Order: sequence, then structure tokens, then C-alpha cells
Amino acid sequence: MNTANPPVPENCSTVGVVTVENAVLSARGVDVYYGEKRAIKDVSVDIARNQVLAMIGPSGCGKSTFLRCLNRMNDTIEGCRVTGSITLEGQDIYDRSQDVVPLRARIGMVFQKPNPFPKSIYENVAYGPRIHGLAADRVELDEIVHTSLQRAGLWDEVKDRLTQPGTGLSGGQQQRLCIARTIAVNPEIILMDEPCSALDPIATARIEDLIDELREQYAIAIVTHSMQQAARVSQRTAYFHLGDLIEVGETDRIFTNPRHKLTEDYITGRFG
Amino acid sequence: MSHSVLLLALVVVAVLAYWVGKSRALSLVGGGRGIRNLHSLPSYYGFMAALWCAIPALIVMVLWVSAQDTVISKLVLSRLPSSVQSLDAGQLSLLKNDIRNVVSGAIPAESASPEVQAAAAGYRQLRSIADLSLVAVLLLVSGLGLFLARARIAPTLRARNSVEGVVEFMLMACSTLAIFVTVGIVLSVLYEALRFFHAVPVHEFVFGLKWSPQIAMRADQVGSSGAFGAVPLFLGTAVISGIAMLVAVPIGLFSAIYLAEYADRRFRSAVKPVLEILAGIPTVVYGFFAALTLGPFIRQLGESMGLEVASESALSAGLVMGIMIIPFVSSLADDMITAVPQSLRDGAYALGATRSETIRQVVLRAALPGIVGGVLLAISRAIGETMIVVMAAGLAANMTANPLAALTTVTVQIVTLLTGDQEFDSPKTLAAFALGLVLFCVTLLLNVVALRVVRKYREQYE
Ligand SMILES: Nc1ncnc2c1ncn2[C@@H]1O[C@H](COP(=O)(O)OP(=O)(O)OP(=O)(O)O)[C@@H](O)[C@H]1O
Ligand SMILES: [Mg+2]
Repeated sequence: MNTANPPVPENCSTVGVVTVENAVLSARGVDVYYGEKRAIKDVSVDIARNQVLAMIGPSGCGKSTFLRCLNRMNDTIEGCRVTGSITLEGQDIYDRSQDVVPLRARIGMVFQKPNPFPKSIYENVAYGPRIHGLAADRVELDEIVHTSLQRAGLWDEVKDRLTQPGTGLSGGQQQRLCIARTIAVNPEIILMDEPCSALDPIATARIEDLIDELREQYAIAIVTHSMQQAARVSQRTAYFHLGDLIEVGETDRIFTNPRHKLTEDYITGRFG
Repeated sequence: MSHSVLLLALVVVAVLAYWVGKSRALSLVGGGRGIRNLHSLPSYYGFMAALWCAIPALIVMVLWVSAQDTVISKLVLSRLPSSVQSLDAGQLSLLKNDIRNVVSGAIPAESASPEVQAAAAGYRQLRSIADLSLVAVLLLVSGLGLFLARARIAPTLRARNSVEGVVEFMLMACSTLAIFVTVGIVLSVLYEALRFFHAVPVHEFVFGLKWSPQIAMRADQVGSSGAFGAVPLFLGTAVISGIAMLVAVPIGLFSAIYLAEYADRRFRSAVKPVLEILAGIPTVVYGFFAALTLGPFIRQLGESMGLEVASESALSAGLVMGIMIIPFVSSLADDMITAVPQSLRDGAYALGATRSETIRQVVLRAALPGIVGGVLLAISRAIGETMIVVMAAGLAANMTANPLAALTTVTVQIVTLLTGDQEFDSPKTLAAFALGLVLFCVTLLLNVVALRVVRKYREQYE
């Protein structure tokens, strides 16, 4: 265990090891409330560099809620309250001194439904670098757009139509455009909330390949409803149930030898 | 019996027919359990019977009532003594009027000539016969309709289809009615405008720089020829609408952005209705305000700065009109901004955009076509506005773009041309129709463009 990791609360009931060697993002005793309703209960878990953490669990168990806490997207929801601590390299992201704008530049997010901006393909990707001043001139910006689209596996398909609207692409292309847009600001962590649920199997396979490649540079957390997808793309898996984090562990171990009854029921298909 | 009572009776008969049809259908299949054997629900058979009963009767009644008067007066005239028959057309129609007035009681019968009195009595008698026979005919027609419908009712009869067909036809008739009325209005305006263009050449009207629509009483009078150059009017309209839009677009847009993106729910629910009240204030009241409060104020202010300001200035009319139009812009822009999906905002926030960056570069960008559409609609509203300008900007057709001078607009001139005593076929009166035609074309164009822009926006996020 890494000594730099924040200590795990003693009453943590999660089965398996919640900490990892090279954690970038650590949640400790996180509770999330929507008004009076407690949607996430005392969750502690680490997200590691160069690794994909898959979050699975039945619908409504709080996966999206938890994911959205990690880059403070919940700030925009009225009545949503987060307690506990989430640290990015030792720095509490809910600290008063933490500005959400640079935080979200460091922790990017890809959503369930592709949401390209009503701008051209080029401008979609260039938007993040522009607002953060990442490119000194047009040449540099072109370079960022090019590499981002390339890494998202979209360059060959759109290189002749960069000035056309991003909303005119197919669903799978739009989702890859959104991924390109996210990696263009060069974040450290990418959060993905069911990024393939609106896509066909071919587009899904492309995105899964992409996630596998992105892992070399980023820490990734992905919410998915497909256990096959979790098994294919992730190294660690976390199983949520009604707001509790039931079990965390190596993906291979979780799928072959779950220790908690609820996890076993879920992955063998008796639940959810 | 008056016609409204007849109509009411027809409704009662139709309700009766509904019950007859419905119970007939039910009894054919042996009551409640047998409904499944009917092609349609029992009430459809009822509606069908009611329609069969009411529609032919209604048609007969309309035709009858519209023809009755003409037929009766023909009969009455033909019975008049031959000395009267040989009168010329003008006197005959005077006589006809007299008879009508006596019948309706507008002239006491004693004061009329004996022939007229006799004719009026004949008219009255014929009318009561006609009324009675109308009742009889209606009873016959509706009874026949009901009988036929009842005889047709069978479990296999597709009552629902025929009822819905009738309903569809009525819906279509209503929707096309508006179109026909519009076409009719356009055609009548066009007709009068063409008569105007016989008197005044089109190019003089469209490009002329002088507007003084005086037509002399006698040909030898001074200044006997009026000038019908519409350019000063359209310039005035443009200046005043321009001032109004300068006020309304920024204020409306910014308030919409604040209400949609920043304000908390309680503030929003308090302020939005108040803003919309602005649209409900009668324009006369705005005119008041512009003429009596703002106008003198601007004048004083201008004079203290050494400017020459007319007491009726385009500026005060434009400013007040702008205030009136704010809610048009703000509520449409507000709708467009709230219609931008939250997922787009989330996408921008997730890239680390600030709130104002998100609003400026993503939300407004997405809502822009809709907002432009709203602004175009507001412009056409400003162009058509009359009352404020009449009261605040005056009638002087000055060829100037100076907002401190008195100006006049197209709509104001239409009003002044058509009010008061005048011959109806002088170029002066007809000019109003030409102005109306051009105005109509301009606002139509604006509306078409606005609708297209809005529709294009809708397609993006359906
Ligand atoms: N904005 C909100 N306001 C109130 N309650 C919410 C809100 N969003 C989510 N919840 C509640 O929080 C709980 C967790 O929701 P969440 O969306 O995180 O579930 P999920 O695991 O992502 O489900 P799914 O797999 O269906 O996406 C649910 O019970 C939901 O009803
Ligand atoms: Mg979810």
C-alpha cells in the first residue's frame, strides 16, 4: 500500500482492497445527498494512473452520481450536497480554495449521450484548448486538433470536413468527437458515463479499443451496464448497490471469484 | 320565430338524435355485453345520427336564410302597382329602403305613403309564411336524416370512420378559413392599390422623396397636385423601429440570459410575469407616456445641451416602443435559451469552461437562430405599431434620419389618410391601400424569414 494515500475510514464496509499503488484520485468516506435523499453512502475508492476502473451495478445505484462528484459536475445540480473527501494528488477538490474551472480541465468527462457543440468539427475540438489558452498560435492549435482527433480514431474520417458541423456526424463519430474534445485539453483523468450505451457494436468496439490506448496516458473511470465491456476494458472493477460500494478488486478476480454475495448475484445475472 | 331559437331547437333535436342512434346501436347487439360486436363504440353511432340529423338541416337553414330576403322583396316589388314599377332604378331602390324601414319599425308606418304601407304589410305577411315554412322544412329534413341514419345503423356500420371523417373535414375547414380570409384581405388591398397606381405611377410612389397627400377641391386651386413619394414614410418607420430595436434587443436579450441562466427560481417566477405584463399594456397608454412624459423630458434635456428637439420627436416614440417590445424579445429568447439541452452545458463545463464562457460560446451559439427569429418577429411588430407614433412622433413627413426631429411612419399615414371626411376614390384615400400593401409585403417577408430561421433551429435538436 502506498503510504501517500489518505487513510481509509475504519468503518469502511467495502469488500476487497480500495487503495492502489499509484493513485491520482482518492475518495474517502464520500456521501452524496440529493436534498434529504442519500444517494451515495460512505464510499472510499482510489483511481490509479494508467488504469481503467469500471463501475458496475444495477440502475439507480448511484454510479453516475459518484462519477459526477469526481469532477464536481454535481455543483450544477440544485440541492446536491457532497461530504467526505476527494483528493486529487493530495489536494482536496472540494476545498474552498479549489477553483472548479482548472479542476475540470484536469478531470475530463465523456457523457452517455454524445453532446457535440453546435460548431464545426474543428471548433468542437479546439474549444477546450482555446478557453484554457493551450495553443500559442494557429499552427499549434491545428496540431492539437489533429493529434486529438487522431488519438480518438476519428481523423481519417473527418479530415476533409473539419469545417462542417459536429452535429452532422453519426452517433459513434460524435462520441469519438467528444472524446477527442476531452483529450484536447490534456486532462489527467477521464471520466466516462456509459459512453457506448447509444452506439452500435462496431462503434462500441472502436471506443473500447480507444479506451485501451488512452489508458497508457490517462487514468480512466468508466460506468457501464455491460459486464462484458467491464471485463474487456478495465483492470479494476467496483460494484455499487443502492448507494453502497459493495466490492472492489482486480477485474479478473471480481468476475471469476466475487467475494460478496450481492456481487456474485449481479454478475451471474441473478440480479439487476 | 327568430333564427337563434331555431338553431337552439336544432341542437336539441341533434342531442335527441344522438340518443336515438346510440340506443339503436346498443339494442341491435343486445345491450352492454354486446358492444364488442359493434364495429365502433356506441357513442359513435349516436354522433353519426346527430350529424346526419343536424348537418343537412343546417345547410338548408343557411341557404334559406340567405335567400329569403331577396326572394321576398322581389315578390313584394312585383306586386306593386305598375306606376311604381316603371320608376327608374335609383328611385326604386329608395322605395325599397322605405319599405324595409317601415317593416323594421325604423319609420312609423303612418308617415309613409299608402303604397309603401301596403307593401310593408305584404312583406310582413310573406315573411311570417316563410318563417313557418322554414320550421316545417327543417323538421322534415332533420327528421328524414335521423330516419335514414337509424335505418343504416347495423353492427358492421363503420360509424367511427364516418364521424371522424366529418370531424377531420371541419378541422380542415377551420384551418383553411384563416387562409381564405388572409387571401381576401390581400386581394382587396391589392385591388385598391392598383387603382391608386393608375393615378400615381409606381416609380413616383416607391422612389418619390416628398409626401404631401393633398388633393385640391378644384383643379385651379394652388398646389392642386399632391405628392405621393413614400420614401420619407419608410425612412421614418425605419428610424423609429431602429430606435425601438436598439432599446429592445439588448435589454430583452440580457434579461432573458439573466432569467434563464443566473436567476434563482423564485426571482424568475416573480420577474417573468411582470416582464410579460409590459406586453399587455394597451399601446395608447404607452403613447400617453411617450407624448406627455418622455417627450417633454427629452426636449428639456436636449435644450439644456443646446440641441434643437421637436416636442414630438422620433426618439421618444422609439424609446417607448422599444420598452413595449422588450417582452417579445425576452420571452422568446428565454424559451430558446431554456430549450438548449443541459447536456450541451454539461459538455462545456466538463471541459473547464466557466459559466460565462459556457453561456456566451455554447448556449447562445446554440440558441442564436431562435433568438434571431424572435428579433425579426419583434421588428415586424415595431413596424406595424401605430398608436405610440401617432401620439408621440407626429405627422410631419420629414425626409430626415435625425431622431430628434418629428417624423411620421407608414402606419400613421394610413390612419390619417383614412380618417375624416373624404371621397373614397381620390388618390389620397387610395394611397392608404398602396402603403398598406407595401407594409404588408415587408412584414410578410420578415415573418417568413423569421419562421424559416426558427424552424432550422428546431431541426437541430428534435
Ligand atoms: N438530480 C437528481 N435529483 C434527485 N435525485 C437524483 C438526481 N439524480 C439522481 N438521483 C437519484 O440518485 C440515485 C442514483 O442515481 P444515478 O443516476 O447516480 O444512478 P445510476 O447508477 O447512474 O443509474 P443508471 O445506471 O440508471 O444510470 C437514484 O435513486 C436517483 O433517483
Ligand atoms: Mg447513470
